[in-house]
Amino acid sequence: MLSWARQTFPAPSIRIDRFSPVAVTIDNSPDTIAPADSGLRRLAMRSIAWLQAGPMMLVFALFFLLPLVLVVIVSVWDYNEYEMIPALSFRGYTDTFEGCVANLPELCTILKTYLKTLKLCLLTWGLTLLIGFWVAYFLAFHVRSKTWQIVLSLLCTIPFWTSNVIRMIAWIPLLGRNGLVNQGLVGAGFVNKPIEWLLFSEFSVVLALVHLFTFFMVVPIFNSMIRIDKRLIEAAYDAGASGWQTLVNIVIPLSKPGIVIGSIFVITIVMGDFVTIGVMGGQQIASAGKIIEARLSALQFPAAAANAVILLGITIIIISALTRIVDVRKEL
Amino acid sequence: MAAGASLELVKVTKMYGHVTAVDAIDLRIPAGSYCCLLGPSGCGKTSTLRMIAGHESATSGDIIVGAKNVTELPPAGRGTAMMFQSYALFPHLSVIDNVAFALKMKGVSKPERHARARELLELVDMQSYAGRLPAQLSGGQQQRVALARALITSPQILLLDEPLSALDPFLRLRMRAELKRLQRELGLTFIHVTHGQDEAMALSDLVVLMNGGRIEQQGSPREIFNHPRTEFAARFIGGHNVIPLNGDTFAVRVDRVQLKAPNVAIDGPAVPGTISKIEYQGTYVLVAVATDGGPEISAQLSDDQFDAETHVIGERVVVTWNPAYADTLTPRPAAAAPAAELVA
Repeated sequence: MLSWARQTFPAPSIRIDRFSPVAVTIDNSPDTIAPADSGLRRLAMRSIAWLQAGPMMLVFALFFLLPLVLVVIVSVWDYNEYEMIPALSFRGYTDTFEGCVANLPELCTILKTYLKTLKLCLLTWGLTLLIGFWVAYFLAFHVRSKTWQIVLSLLCTIPFWTSNVIRMIAWIPLLGRNGLVNQGLVGAGFVNKPIEWLLFSEFSVVLALVHLFTFFMVVPIFNSMIRIDKRLIEAAYDAGASGWQTLVNIVIPLSKPGIVIGSIFVITIVMGDFVTIGVMGGQQIASAGKIIEARLSALQFPAAAANAVILLGITIIIISALTRIVDVRKEL
Repeated sequence: MAAGASLELVKVTKMYGHVTAVDAIDLRIPAGSYCCLLGPSGCGKTSTLRMIAGHESATSGDIIVGAKNVTELPPAGRGTAMMFQSYALFPHLSVIDNVAFALKMKGVSKPERHARARELLELVDMQSYAGRLPAQLSGGQQQRVALARALITSPQILLLDEPLSALDPFLRLRMRAELKRLQRELGLTFIHVTHGQDEAMALSDLVVLMNGGRIEQQGSPREIFNHPRTEFAARFIGGHNVIPLNGDTFAVRVDRVQLKAPNVAIDGPAVPGTISKIEYQGTYVLVAVATDGGPEISAQLSDDQFDAETHVIGERVVVTWNPAYADTLTPRPAAAAPAAELVA
């Protein structure tokens, strides 16, 4: 770092030559090189900065920007039953919103699907936030020793030791018609026949999503919370605040960055999810992600891309609304 | 503003597991006085303060504020308010909301609590910073805000946990004067925890010197400085020689030690030795004498005195002092007479 600075910053003597009009006007012949030289140095300095940022930019451009641009381009291509046609057409979008205006006030399929996805997303978000906040609160404020905090946080990661799919499938013997829960309920006499809505329903979808993604809430919120000075809690207590008042006035405002970051994780994942909703919904529940998947399997790439662009737009709107509430960059 | 209340601790003990942090201390602090709990780190002064505040429960004993036993009450019900070390201002709240926080918790309406907060900001001369966030303030300004926040509940006793330790030396002197002024003007009882004996001496009406969970000595700064009762007190308060002589241990202030030539007849205590160090300190000269087989004794001579006597390193001298100025120290079994030395 130091040697880099030495090499790239222009020597003070050259600066004087360059910026003092006396040196430039009077001492014309020997010093004409100086401005050019310092310009070169500045160029070198700038290019080094670019070089340093380069690798990350390259990865970002190659694996994120480029595919995204391709998706947007393909979304405005034409297509028929078996191939896409590289010609400008908004068929992908018009097909998607087919009948949306004509059938009003009846909601069209796409709007219903998005509303359902938003509902699932909202439920999952609310529940993961509630559970994640309390788990993080417990870890940050009730577990006193650092060792136990680490042990318990690691315990939270145990579900991640197996694949997502296995964790979902594991719910089936538990929640199925003849699953453990129903057997228990029937056996205990709480219900006289098995409950149907335990599996392959919105309930099971939300349950699985909450199970999968609560950890994404816990980590950022916990991270925000352990940075809260414990003396602030004492200061609030000293000022006569009750536990609830301290929570509302001190802990929640100071955990906001974590809450927003966790929310971004959960919302973006759930909005695009199709595997969990597919498996746990018994392939009966439509979602934004499932539309894209269905279009893809029908080889209607432009339509799939159009749906992806719509989903991206909606997710961006939600996230920018969230970041309006808290300037995450400032808080990090 | 409520006037100060007296504080009484009766056999107050704090145990952490099997470790005794505060060992059955008794203490009476008169209303409206400035009291410093002084001692080295780990002496139990902060635990004592936190028990008074109610942030730590006393294992046994009673804490009495005014005429009320507050031992079991929550912090806000005790008539005390605490100013935390490094202030603990709420980082997400503006200065005025920080100050008004306690009133907000009581459900006081916004215009009313802001008006009250403004009064207090004026008291600490911070009214023009009402809209700022704590991070936008300097250390001294943060402290003023913390002071205003603590005072808004009209406490009878203000508890200050090392309030000056986060400030640079220059600011420390200024804030010190300001704390004293505020205490005098408001007539509150201040209890101030510090490990700096100079701070305690400059501020207090009552110094409570603590060591190992007990009160080592209490009294006015003058009393403690002029008559330290134990070796620990003499060493911690500074400016004293601790000299073992004829089976007793004496504390003698460094400026009351005299150096005589070996052949001069001396009526009183006499410890022979060799001058080992001479340090010029501007207004005075510090002369260290290595006594024969004993501890090092420091003598603080005025400029004129030093010039008149002209000592040199290696010179044989006899150290003596007026017995009226020496205090016989209570021996403590734990502190079995180690080598005496100057604790500055």
